[in-house]
Amino acid sequence: MTEAILNPMLPRTYRVRSKQRELRDTFTLLLEPADGEGAPTPAPGQFNMLYVFGVGEVPISSSGDPALTKRLVHTIRAVGAVTDAMCQLKEGEMLGVRGPFGNHWRVQEAEGRDLVVVAGGLGLAPLRPVIYHIVAHREKYGKVVLLYGARGPEDLLYRREIEQWRGRFDMKVEVTVDAAASDWQGNVGVVTTLVSQARFDPSRATAMVCGPEVMMRFTIRELQKCGVAAADIFLSMERNMKCAVGFCGRCQFGPTFICKDGPVLRYDRIEHWFGKREI
Amino acid sequence: MEEFERRLAETGFCQGMEARHVRLLSGRAGERSFNANEFIFREGEDARLFYIIRSGKVSLEVSAAERGAIVFQTIGAGDALGLSWLFHPFHWHFDARAIEPTVMFTIDAAWLREKIEEDHDFGYEILKRVAHVMIGRLQATRLQMTDMYGGSDLKGI
Repeated sequence: MTEAILNPMLPRTYRVRSKQRELRDTFTLLLEPADGEGAPTPAPGQFNMLYVFGVGEVPISSSGDPALTKRLVHTIRAVGAVTDAMCQLKEGEMLGVRGPFGNHWRVQEAEGRDLVVVAGGLGLAPLRPVIYHIVAHREKYGKVVLLYGARGPEDLLYRREIEQWRGRFDMKVEVTVDAAASDWQGNVGVVTTLVSQARFDPSRATAMVCGPEVMMRFTIRELQKCGVAAADIFLSMERNMKCAVGFCGRCQFGPTFICKDGPVLRYDRIEHWFGKREI
Repeated sequence: MEEFERRLAETGFCQGMEARHVRLLSGRAGERSFNANEFIFREGEDARLFYIIRSGKVSLEVSAAERGAIVFQTIGAGDALGLSWLFHPFHWHFDARAIEPTVMFTIDAAWLREKIEEDHDFGYEILKRVAHVMIGRLQATRLQMTDMYGGSDLKGI
């Protein structure tokens, strides 16, 4: 962390310790510092800038256990030149890392409250550290609800972990897919439809939402219909960040910079700009 | 209020409905159980009953030839199942299958259509609720059509 603050533009070399394929186009990298020294641990919701040498740099949220030190975990979908190159990395190969950057999910402030975690598609990755944290400190929270939506059963991220979380008696986990073959026994429909069925106290609930912006917009409507206040809804915003420290302005969103004021933003603070196609 | 009437009143579809209207409905309502995997109705069949799910889960499916059956929605306790009973030619437009043991309230559709015409207060109450179900499903369908998980919001990174 100190090094990132002192020289936030200088990447540090990390080695790929393992690579795990999650979905057809999505994989998780476990990274450790090449110099064997300690690594800063991202708080849930923070991101790192990952640099494939000679190709380019992209912002990727941490998806690992915040209690895990000396290693970084990032789940990445191959959608362009840099992420495609990342997908080609093999165990032992190097990449540059800057960070961690940005703010984090307010897991401490949510203590004593009900927690509604709503994830869509790859949006589960930045929320996984939150779930790890909750599981490790379960007694500090009220009701915990995880609502997760994906395109189809074959697109469900972290399937084994979801089954483990669902197997707990102190956490409600509902999964839905947009369409499925008839052998799928789970829910079918958009993730927003799960919100009204979830049991929680809206007057003392904190909602954490991450997914495509259109999904977040409709999720917010459903949360507000249930009575959750705008100030109790937090979103993780995605923009194509470049410098990651608020210099370049590339990720400006209204009066905020996603890289330094976000990526986690309280809804009532961005309500005016959220969903505006010009922004 | 009798037990059956009370249970009907507690479903999502009937919530907040005046007692006299719930009583009217429950006078012509029955209950039916379905095993897991049992079809409740099939596409093209006459829509003779209006169903409200009391417990369980139902998948709504369309048959897509070689692709097999595609589930486009699942609904659960309290939800109204299918609205084709209200609209000419009163045929189901998809298959409905219980995916777990399911209990349904069933209401005679021909009687309900008649009653809606006869008693406009009651009819308005029913149609308002049907419209609410329709708008919810229309909005969900629009979201499904955007294929929102199909790619990243960020292009080419």
